[in-house]
Formats: sequence, C-alpha cells, structure tokens
Amino acid sequence: MRLHLKVWRQHDADDRGSMKRYDVDDASPDMSFLELLDVLNEKLTVDGEEPVAFDHDCREGICGACSMVIDGQPHGPEKATTTCQLHLRHFKDGDTITVEPFRAGAFPVVKDLVVDRGAFDRIIAAGGYISAPTGSAPDAHAVPVPKDQADRAFTAAACIGCGACVAACPNGSGSLFLGAKITHLGEMPQGRPERNSRVLAMVEEHDASGFGGCTNTGECAVACPKEIPLDVISQLNRDYLAARKARRRSA
Amino acid sequence: MTTYSDFTIGEPVADRAAPDGPIETRWERRRFGVKLVNPANKRKMHVIVVGTGLAGGSASATLAELGYRVSSFCYQDSPRRAHSIAAQGGINAAKNYRNDGDSVHRLFYDTVKGGDFRARESNVHRLAEISRQIIDQCVAQGVPFAREYGGLLDNRSFGGAQVSRTFYARGQTGQQLLLGAYQALERQVDAGGVTMYPRHEMLELIVVDGHARGIVARDLITGETRSHLADAVVLASGGYGNVFFLSTNAKGCNVTASWRAHRKGALFANPCFTQIHPTCIPVSGDHQSKLTLMSESLRNDGRVWVPLEKGDDRDPNLIPEAERDYFLERQYPAFGNLVPRDIASRAAKNVCDEGRGVGPGGLGVFLDFAEVIRRLGRPAVEARYGNLFQMYQRITGEDPYQVPMRIYPAVHYTMGGLWVDYDLQSTIPGLFVVGEANFSDHGANRLGASALMQGLADGYFVLPSTIGDYLATSDHDPVDPDHPAVKAAEEEVAQRIDTLLSINGTRTVDSFHRELGHLMWEHCGMERTEAGLRKALDRIPELRKEFWENVLVPGTGVELNQSLERAGRVGDFFELAELMCLDALHRNESCGGHFRAESQTPDGEAARDDEHFSYAAAWEFTGRGEAPVLHKEDLTFEYVAPTQRSYK
Repeated sequence: MRLHLKVWRQHDADDRGSMKRYDVDDASPDMSFLELLDVLNEKLTVDGEEPVAFDHDCREGICGACSMVIDGQPHGPEKATTTCQLHLRHFKDGDTITVEPFRAGAFPVVKDLVVDRGAFDRIIAAGGYISAPTGSAPDAHAVPVPKDQADRAFTAAACIGCGACVAACPNGSGSLFLGAKITHLGEMPQGRPERNSRVLAMVEEHDASGFGGCTNTGECAVACPKEIPLDVISQLNRDYLAARKARRRSA
Repeated sequence: MTTYSDFTIGEPVADRAAPDGPIETRWERRRFGVKLVNPANKRKMHVIVVGTGLAGGSASATLAELGYRVSSFCYQDSPRRAHSIAAQGGINAAKNYRNDGDSVHRLFYDTVKGGDFRARESNVHRLAEISRQIIDQCVAQGVPFAREYGGLLDNRSFGGAQVSRTFYARGQTGQQLLLGAYQALERQVDAGGVTMYPRHEMLELIVVDGHARGIVARDLITGETRSHLADAVVLASGGYGNVFFLSTNAKGCNVTASWRAHRKGALFANPCFTQIHPTCIPVSGDHQSKLTLMSESLRNDGRVWVPLEKGDDRDPNLIPEAERDYFLERQYPAFGNLVPRDIASRAAKNVCDEGRGVGPGGLGVFLDFAEVIRRLGRPAVEARYGNLFQMYQRITGEDPYQVPMRIYPAVHYTMGGLWVDYDLQSTIPGLFVVGEANFSDHGANRLGASALMQGLADGYFVLPSTIGDYLATSDHDPVDPDHPAVKAAEEEVAQRIDTLLSINGTRTVDSFHRELGHLMWEHCGMERTEAGLRKALDRIPELRKEFWENVLVPGTGVELNQSLERAGRVGDFFELAELMCLDALHRNESCGGHFRAESQTPDGEAARDDEHFSYAAAWEFTGRGEAPVLHKEDLTFEYVAPTQRSYK
C-alpha cells in the first residue's frame, strides 16, 4: 500500500520545527506503525537525508517508550493500542497520516518525535513507592489482600508511563498517571501507612513540573493504551482531600 | 579452516569464592565470610551500575539503601523501560504454598537438570534459597501478584515444572516486578543515594591497575562522551539475543557494555547457549523488526498441533481430530505440552521441516484453546489469558477464541554471558555482572519463570552482600581523571565514533544487522552443524569487514543520533557473533539450547557428552578476528547426578 506521511521535524529543543511530507510506496498492511517509520528511515538514510528520530524499545506495547500523536490522537486511532502495536491494516491505501510528538508543557520536545518525560520519574521519586528496604519484608502470606483490592490495584498498576494521557488532555494534566499510582499503592494494605504523605508529595511534584489541572474532560482515559479507568482520578481527589484534612488536624 | 576457528587452550578458570562443604549452608557461610564495610565508609564508596532492569534496578536501590553512593545508567529515557518490563509469565519461588512437594532442593534440582548439567551447583542452590525472600520483598513493595479469594497468593505451574511454584501478575509479571524495583530506585534518587543517568550508553570500561574503576558513557541527547569514575562497576546490561536481529528482545538491547568489558579482559562464557522460545508470533514479512513472545503459560491450557498430512491448508477448525498431530503429547506423554523450551522449539522446527507447518511460508504450528474454552468456558479463559489473546489479535488480526493461534520459535534469552565467580565478580577485579548479562545460573537452558528470579536474586540479595567484600578489601585511592588509562578509554570511544561517522558508505546499519542476524539464525540457531558453523565463520568476518568499509551513518556525533547508536552496537555484535559460532563449533555435543545435529540419540534427542564437555567455556579476547583463548571451568556435580534428560 501507498501512504503519505506528514511528520513533525524539529532538529533540537531550540529549533522551531515544521511538518514535512514523505511518501512510502511499499508499505504492507501487516506492518506495525513503527515498521512503517523504519522503512521511511531506511529510505531517508540512503537518500542522504536525516532519518526521523523517535522513541521506541520493546515494540510489544509494554515499555511505554512510544510517544507520537497519529492523526491527532496519542498512539493513533485504535482503542487500547500503543503505536508499536498499531498495524497498517487499520489504514487505507492512499491515506495521508499526520505524525507529531506528544505535546504538553511538561514534555518538552527533544528532537522530531522524541520528548522528555523525565517529569514522570520525578513524580514517582517524590512518593510513588512503598518504603520497604531490601531484607525487611515479612513472609509474603503475612498480610492477606482481598482479591477485589488486589485486582483493582493491578488494574491501576498496569500503567506503562507513556504519557498519552497528558498528550490527550487539553490542560496537559498528568492526573490519570498520578491517580493510577495512588490507586495501585493505596489499594494494598502495604501501601496504607504512607497514603497521605504519598499523595501530597506526588501532587506537589506534579504541579511543580508544569502539568495542568484536571477538569474532568476524560480524554486521558480514552487515549490510555492500557485502559486505566477514569475513577483513579476520583480516588486521587479523595485521597488528596483526606490527606489535606489530616495534615490540618495534625498541624 | 578460517583463522578464527582456531583457538588455543589456556589455564583453567575456577570459582574460588564459594565455600566448600554442605551446599545447604554455603551461602550462609559465604555471607558470614565477607568482610563488612563500616557504615561511615559506605558513604564514601561509589558504585556504577549499568542497566536498570530487574537486576540493575534492584541492585542500585539496595546498594543505596545500604549507604553506598550509586550512579545508575540506562540507555532508555527512563529506568522503568528496561526490557525486564516485557516478561510475561511469572517468577518461581520454592515457597511450597501449594503443599505439592516443592522445596529449595527440588527447585535446585529442577534448575540444574533443566540447565542440562552445565551450571554451577553452588550458584543454583543459592538461587533456589533466595527465591523465597524475593517474593516476600516484592509483596512488601506492593507488587500486585494474582491472589485467591481468601487473599493469599495464587500459583501456577509453568513450562517444564510439575509443581505449582510460579507467582504471577496476569501476563505482566515482569512489568510489575520491574516497577517495584524502579520505585525503590526512584525512592533512592529522591533520597540522594542514586544519581540517575537516563539516555546514557556505556561505551567503554575503564580499567586502572587491573581493577575496574569506571566507564565512558555517551549522553545520547547531547552526544557528549565522558568518563565516570568509581570504586566498582556493576554490569546489568542484559542479554545479547539481538545478535540475531529478530528476537523477542527490545530493539535497543545490545551486547556493547558486556563486549567492551570482554575486550578489556573479562572472560565471556558459553556464548553459544541461547534460548529459543517456542511460543512466539510467526514472522509476517520482510519488514519485520522484532518478534513478539506469547507467554509460555499458554502451554498450560493450549494444545500444540499440526495437520497429519503435508500441505493440508484447510481452515484449522475444519480439520477433524483424527487428522491432527498433537506432536508434543505424542512424543512426550509424561510432560506433553509442558516440555522445556528447547525441546518444544525443536519439535516445532522438525514438523515444519517435514512440510507440515502452517501459515505463511509453513513456519508455524497451531496452539489451540478450543478444548479449554469448551471445558471451562470463555470467561475463565479470558481471566487467565485475556491480555495475551488481545495482543495476538492486535498483531495478527486473527481472533484466537475462534481460530487456533499460530506460533513459531524465536530467540528469547541468552544463558551465556560474562563469566563470574560465586560473588558475581568477573575476571576483572571490581567488575561485577548480574542478571542475564552473566552466565551463572541457567547452564545450557533456562527454565520458564527463572529469569526474573535470577535477576532479582542477584540484584536484591547476592551482589549487595558480595560487593562489600571487594570494597572492604581493595584499595580506594581516587583515580585521577587524567590517568592515562582514563584518557586512553576516552580516546578509544572518540575514535570509534569518528570512524563510524566518516566511513560514509552505501549500506545502512540495519541492512548489515539483518544480514548478520539471518546468518546467525541459519547456522547458529535451533540446530547447528559443523558445516553450517564453518560457513558462518567464513562469512561473518567478510561481512564485518564490509561493515567497517561501507556502512552509512548519517548525522553527527554531537546530537541525538539513533543511527550512530545502532552502528556501535552492530559493530560489537559482529565480534560476538564470531565467538558464538566458534563456541558452538568447539562444543561438539548437544546440551540444552545448543543442539548439534552430529550429537543426538537414536530417537533424535540431544546427546550430551559429559566426558569431554562437562565444563563452562570461558573465552579470552585477544584481538578482533584473532584466535581467542579458551579457559575451562570444570563442572562437578555432587548433589544432582547428571542423567540424560527425559521428558517422555
């Protein structure tokens, strides 16, 4: 199949950048979207042009490295699918496809389709963990976890940290990412002791990193390739409120 | 005969770190034997850890918790993306929560046997002991393992095991364990114990007066290369499966960190021991950039078959039972679809070679869930494998609830790696190697759900104890940044980058990598022969030469340049590929994942030759394309008597 691509090219963080047009004549419906870019890059390289830089690694939908907006949607048109798992059979011969990097104030563009998502690491470092230094653990069966709690924790923990939620949000908010971690850890009995301090520290880091606030548009949950449910944001708000109250009481 | 297929035999190499005496108490005695570092001194000691997967992430976090200063490097944009994240099936532990007869000794026994008697008993026993602590540790971190309604942990049996000792988190166990280690790591970043260097790639090891004292790393965004100095270096840089181009590894996985250390004197052991995983999604065309694994847990309920007749291309649902060959159940009645990976892979290759394969090019076999869907109903199957079925459908466009999956073996894991002693120290003092990057625990074949166990055992529990002994007993004068050894390492890196950028030839990096991978898959893949290996050993040096004369790397070295990154990695893969073929050629026996067609039993099973090959082959680098030196580590089996594996 023949596809026309409009790809965001930006040489580095300071470059203004622009869309450039490319044609790929020998695409196959069984290719993944990243394999389409591979084909384009091989052609560009041989033609003496600079290939398109993009982040990718596992190419099986779990590492969260993919960071492109395809036809206006983070990770493209297929529901619950990362870019690396998006196959060309979902496009038609002759289609024109636009490809841009994730865009958000907290994710500055590094080059072409590569963005800096270091803010997510900083949010986790601020409190997205359970303090359990190696060697200090009791037997794994010491604390039973009711299955419904374990399942809800797992559903939230499935977040791959790609940032599609932020790219989809009109406010550039990281609330779905934040809510997912709050829900995962808070749902487990092991995570309860740090529940209040965790949410306060993580929200503070989130806001300081330049993410916007949540206005419940729900675009994030639609874009999420792992279908993290929107109710993790309700959980985030509840936990945040409770933690603020607890802090006031103890002050 | 090519020059390279010659080699010389050097002095034997031996593990001097493991204590003698009863195996059950060796680890306890070793831990008591290690010199301790005074807590006040730990703060002054600096350790570099390369890689942030299960082994590297857990090691960095734990070393910082102990008080050491840690610098942690990964090539990805975040430590959370290391390829451990993609492990699906589970993690083994000898908890015996199911009361089905499991024990430390049984896990030890299964692992030594599963590795086809090419692993070191002391190491494997320690791994089995520590397996139990790992689960405790991960649960305490909040890893959401699958649970029963009573709130206790669920277990399942997993490829090759007859007890249920595998803990899992749906089909995303690696992800959840890695996020546990990553969160512990980030906690230490916040506390100041770990300095994180994401998007940094190690390109050289710095050895000063015979000791590993640092690395040269390239900042992948700015292109700046500089040296980082420390008191010890830990490599946790994973396996080398991408030498085959197509594998289940992430695209960035590479051998460069290990290979640079090998070139600086670290022995590389058993490079030909690679694991081919039986349940991957078959190749769909020439554009294929990687292969996707479907968890082996699928073999618990899926039945593997091909049509009885050659060329039967009917819709699989229309092929009656009597015209199907459930070849694993037929050949291995005791283990059936659960035989170890190497055996399942080769059986699939054999039926495809007979012309009974299915799908494009006849390179596939069916994995059929119709029976279990009938028996337990679709919701139960969905609960077990839902995400895997989705993944399959997304990639192939076929619905596995309606038609059987098609699977084919693919390169998945490498058992070989840098040689280490019981302390996980390489032959360069101060250079430690953990996780898949070392050769230590899996022998010639790794059992399912054991990679996660080994990575975390090394990183959380083994290395943090043993590295203290080195740090407490070695000299720690700071290295002068202008030391000739440091300058030389920086210069080597700069020259190599300049060379790659200035060749300006006509072939892309990927075209070389694909050709190398194809050669390796043909001649050093599931079945190896002397003739094939010799052919590869003739062709690889030619291709390597062409690479260094004709590769085309666009752009410059002072910017984000992904072609340059790949070029450096492929350059090292060429050298590794030669060593792998040589190792495979010299090991004139079949064992585990290494199947030499010349060495098989009358019924086509792998025939080991314990008389001549009961050793780990540790290779010493002598120069690119030069004959290496073989150092043998003799393996003795005091607790598990070597037998020919039988899964019939």
